[in-house]
Amino acid sequence: MRPFTYERAGSPAEAAAAAAQQSEAKFIAGGTNLLDLMKLQIETPTQLIDVNDLGLNGIEPMPEGGLRIGALVRNTALAADERVRRDYGVLSRALLAGGSGQLRNKATTAGNLLQRTRCPYFYDTAQPCNKRQPGSGCSAIGGVTR
Amino acid sequence: MNRFRQTKPQALSASEGPDVMDTPCDLPILRRALNGAATTVAAMTPGLTGAERAPAVSATNGSGPSTMVRVSLQVNGALRRLELDTRTTLLDALREHLHLTGSKKGCDHGQCGACTVMVGGRRIYACLTLAVMHEGDAITTIEGLGQPGNLHPMQAAFVKHDGYQCGYCTPGQICASVAMLEEIKAGVPSHVTADLMAMPEITADEFRERMSGNICRCGAYSNILDAITEVAGK
Repeated sequence: MRPFTYERAGSPAEAAAAAAQQSEAKFIAGGTNLLDLMKLQIETPTQLIDVNDLGLNGIEPMPEGGLRIGALVRNTALAADERVRRDYGVLSRALLAGGSGQLRNKATTAGNLLQRTRCPYFYDTAQPCNKRQPGSGCSAIGGVTR
Repeated sequence: MNRFRQTKPQALSASEGPDVMDTPCDLPILRRALNGAATTVAAMTPGLTGAERAPAVSATNGSGPSTMVRVSLQVNGALRRLELDTRTTLLDALREHLHLTGSKKGCDHGQCGACTVMVGGRRIYACLTLAVMHEGDAITTIEGLGQPGNLHPMQAAFVKHDGYQCGYCTPGQICASVAMLEEIKAGVPSHVTADLMAMPEITADEFRERMSGNICRCGAYSNILDAITEVAGK
């Protein structure tokens, strides 16, 4: 991992302000994807802004129907929520089909949406990859899986 | 030409400070310097090459913001204060700084489960989280679960059923098993739970699925299953 500074944000406004100050900053919640990529030096943030204290871990019913799911709700909590199990079984099943118990205890709802690609060429820093380094090319075209 | 140099831990300040400074290990560390390259002797961050080491920034000097942080962890019931490089994973903090070497480093990428510990009673991969993110958290490692002569029922069951061969994955397997049974008690469903609205069943299929985040290269799975089944039935 490359060196980075660490800050724990207490509110969404604080987190946004901290991120605005450093273009190389990244938010971290569960960290199950980001830290993996940082160890491989695919992600090299100079600052991590811990957003776990933002209080966004509720699941609330909406007046017009549906549920509003907090960005920081863990996969385990979301899959186990009674309303999700009862009314949105597919969501519960999808969460339970991904990762392991340990990962689901850490991974968050928003973090899921922000996961980077699983393409092996993205993970191989010796190969060109437009997602890792825009403009460098795509090794998947004509790659081993084609 | 290969040269070997021993490195020693940095001198600790006697003034008030963390229980353990950023000295990875009490033991001398062998460092291999290749091709006669200049060798610098310093306290090393385990698993990092010299080029990756953090700049020498302390909490009190240097112009830029610090990459050293103070962290307090409740480990196995005891408050432990540390001063760490921000990059230190919870696993490295436990193993290299607190010398709790029960938790193992297997893949270091959250795939094998050897590093499984419990934080606030929930099992997580200690290799895939930063120590600094766990300020004040209650962490239970295999050392806290039970000790020789005072084994946790799951530890005793693993011994009784021979739930290991080489033993490397065992601390992670045991921590994961204990927390897994709590997840079942709490009604958390799994991928193989047939009825999402019913309490999860205590079956071999459920245990296999729920323990899929812990890999045993020796293949002691059937005995691990026997151990878990015994404890779950009590």
